[in-house]
Amino acid sequence: MTGLAFLIPIALGMGALGLVAFLWAIKSGQYEDMEGSANRILIDDEEDDAP
Amino acid sequence: MNVPVLLAGETNQGGATGSGERLTTRFTVPGIKCAGCIGKIERELPKREGIASARVNFSAKRVAIEHDPALDEGDLVAALLAIGFEAQAVADNPMGTETGERRKLMRALGVAGFGMMNIMLLSVSVWAGAEGATRELFHWLSALIALPVIAYSGRPFFDSAWMALKYRRTNMDVPISIGVILATGLSVYETATGGEHAYFESAVMLLFFLLAGRALDAVMRDRTRDGIGALLGRMGKSASVIGDDGETRRVDAQDLEPGALVLVAAGEAMAADGVIEEGESAIDNSMLTGESAAEGVKTGDTLHAGAINLTAPLRVRLTLTGEDTALAEIARLMDEAGQSRSHYVRIADRASRAYAPAVHSLAALAFAGWMIAGAGVHQSLVIAIAVLIITCPCAMGLAVPTAQVVASGALLKRGLLVKDGSALERLAEINVAVFDKTGTLTMGEPRPDIARLDDEARRVALGLAQHSRHPLSQGLVKSLTEASVTPAPIVNVSETAGHGLAGEWNGETVALERPISGAHELASQLRIGKRAKTVIFTDQMRPDARATIERLSQDGIAASILSGDREEAVQDAAAALGMPAKAEASPQEKLETLEAFKAKGCRPLMVGDGLNDGPALAAAHASIAPGTASDASQQAADAVFIGRDLAPVALAVTVARRTMHIVRQNFALAIGYNALAVPLALFGYVTPLIAAIAMSLSSLIVVGNSLRLSGAAGSAGQTNAGRETRA
Repeated sequence: MTGLAFLIPIALGMGALGLVAFLWAIKSGQYEDMEGSANRILIDDEEDDAP
Repeated sequence: MNVPVLLAGETNQGGATGSGERLTTRFTVPGIKCAGCIGKIERELPKREGIASARVNFSAKRVAIEHDPALDEGDLVAALLAIGFEAQAVADNPMGTETGERRKLMRALGVAGFGMMNIMLLSVSVWAGAEGATRELFHWLSALIALPVIAYSGRPFFDSAWMALKYRRTNMDVPISIGVILATGLSVYETATGGEHAYFESAVMLLFFLLAGRALDAVMRDRTRDGIGALLGRMGKSASVIGDDGETRRVDAQDLEPGALVLVAAGEAMAADGVIEEGESAIDNSMLTGESAAEGVKTGDTLHAGAINLTAPLRVRLTLTGEDTALAEIARLMDEAGQSRSHYVRIADRASRAYAPAVHSLAALAFAGWMIAGAGVHQSLVIAIAVLIITCPCAMGLAVPTAQVVASGALLKRGLLVKDGSALERLAEINVAVFDKTGTLTMGEPRPDIARLDDEARRVALGLAQHSRHPLSQGLVKSLTEASVTPAPIVNVSETAGHGLAGEWNGETVALERPISGAHELASQLRIGKRAKTVIFTDQMRPDARATIERLSQDGIAASILSGDREEAVQDAAAALGMPAKAEASPQEKLETLEAFKAKGCRPLMVGDGLNDGPALAAAHASIAPGTASDASQQAADAVFIGRDLAPVALAVTVARRTMHIVRQNFALAIGYNALAVPLALFGYVTPLIAAIAMSLSSLIVVGNSLRLSGAAGSAGQTNAGRETRA
């Protein structure tokens, strides 16, 4: 039973952390351009082209 | 006009001026199709002087450019065009209030998801056999999490249910709200009295699944609103009024007064109706008439709001402003015509009208039945609530949005933006199609016949035409660029309004000018030294127009032409496509034709682009406009297709029908599945565990079934592509 006293707050804390992360992601615009992010990994960085 | 956002720029890599201020202007660029385009825009644009950075939003097909205040919209559009992308400035702040709803739903969804996971964790322990003090503790913890979560995440449903009840109506949200509130109330009572079952997880899970459906619905509406809203704003929103002292100042369109004298620069759109006092120019009236050819105007001619002045500045005395302009009159017609559409009842609401009373009476009967059978109030109530939860339209809430989101996503990939779910539902029901000609069946822009030009002539023509914004020149540029012609280096280029372009090349005089004879067809004369050639322009038919009409007729949809154009031009097109036509129809007549179809019991689809099609588009059962259409038409239409092909029109109907088929299947699955569990609930065997399993499984089945649509547009498109190659 004493184990529960630790485990339940930990479980809740982790859940809350996930929730905070999700709310932050919405706020910072991570969901604004999902297709773009998927495509961006395909762009080659052309170092020699950089100014 | 665009309202640029002021940013204080500290970093700069390409800043040419030392003002330290930067503007951010947003553009819609429909041509962004792949990672390569993102890379090209973001890499190439900052190399231009005055542009600090560019950021692409791929989903919204939008580019935000951070630039020097010295550059205006026109320069930036030209910069984008130079690297191969057509762009349009975004009229309003894109972070408007509309996206707020989606964010709110997403937040509610996140909170519900958090609550569901944690309560489920505790519930699983209870189901696994926790007893006594542990069970009570877990129930209390569940209550502690569930109550705030339900209060927050349930708001969208409670609000909507309250609104419905206030006006003595019922909607899907009423049974949901009653179910959730009763389940929560009972669970709190059970927890307080140390009872065996608490339904917190069912209540929260119900909210979670329903919010997922709502969020999907909102995402879909936002996605297309981005696309369509971005194309707004081509009409004149302000004008340069010339004061008595000769000074000009900008006045917003709604503050203009009849009698004012305004200066209309080349390239500017008229903001009100007026008569030319001084000047001679060509105007593009395509917004009002849908006609692509530029019209010559001179002193004394009347100009309508929305007309774009092409070549030379004009002084115009305003006659009608604001609500009185021809444009506003058409807008009013559209508004009235659109009223009927707002009476359309969406399938989810139709289903809930039948479903909600059934669910409520079933639960009430269960309560009454058990009371009569001699069970206590408490036990009867528990059973009634179990019935409510088990029959709750959780999968039904997902049935429509999942199918529609998947289908509209598939259509978007094929070049068709559907505005919202109700548009898909109406598209599925149409049985007659009416097409406008200019700009819809045809490309809507004059293209030259370049086959008769030799290589040298092509290069010279491109070299000259590049310098002009005249529609004929622009058509020439497009056709020659598509034929990979490199422009000849021409010097001393000058443009004379109403006459043409002239310049020098290799020591010879070259010119692109108005032909001397042949008044009735669109043509221009290319002169190199002493040699002269006439280039004829025609408004070409979309390449797959015939295939599309055939495909529609295979689906049992009869097509006809309804155009405002001249009789003979329309008859030519009608003969080429083999369908009946009505020519020289005014906006009012177009509207009447559509109303006549509806009176006969047909459900017409209107496809048109001009503002003169606006009222007809608004009145039709469903409507589609090409991406090149006037803003008002795009707003009135249910869907917008992009590109040269007409095929998306037929595709839209096919996919919409398939979507509705899947939606009906989803309803059958959801109701059928829940119906199986109803006897268990009625006889009091439903525990929270069974409720949870029934709910998640039926939701998963519905989502899975909807995902089958993702291939729908693809396979339909392939058969279409096959037809195109045969045609």
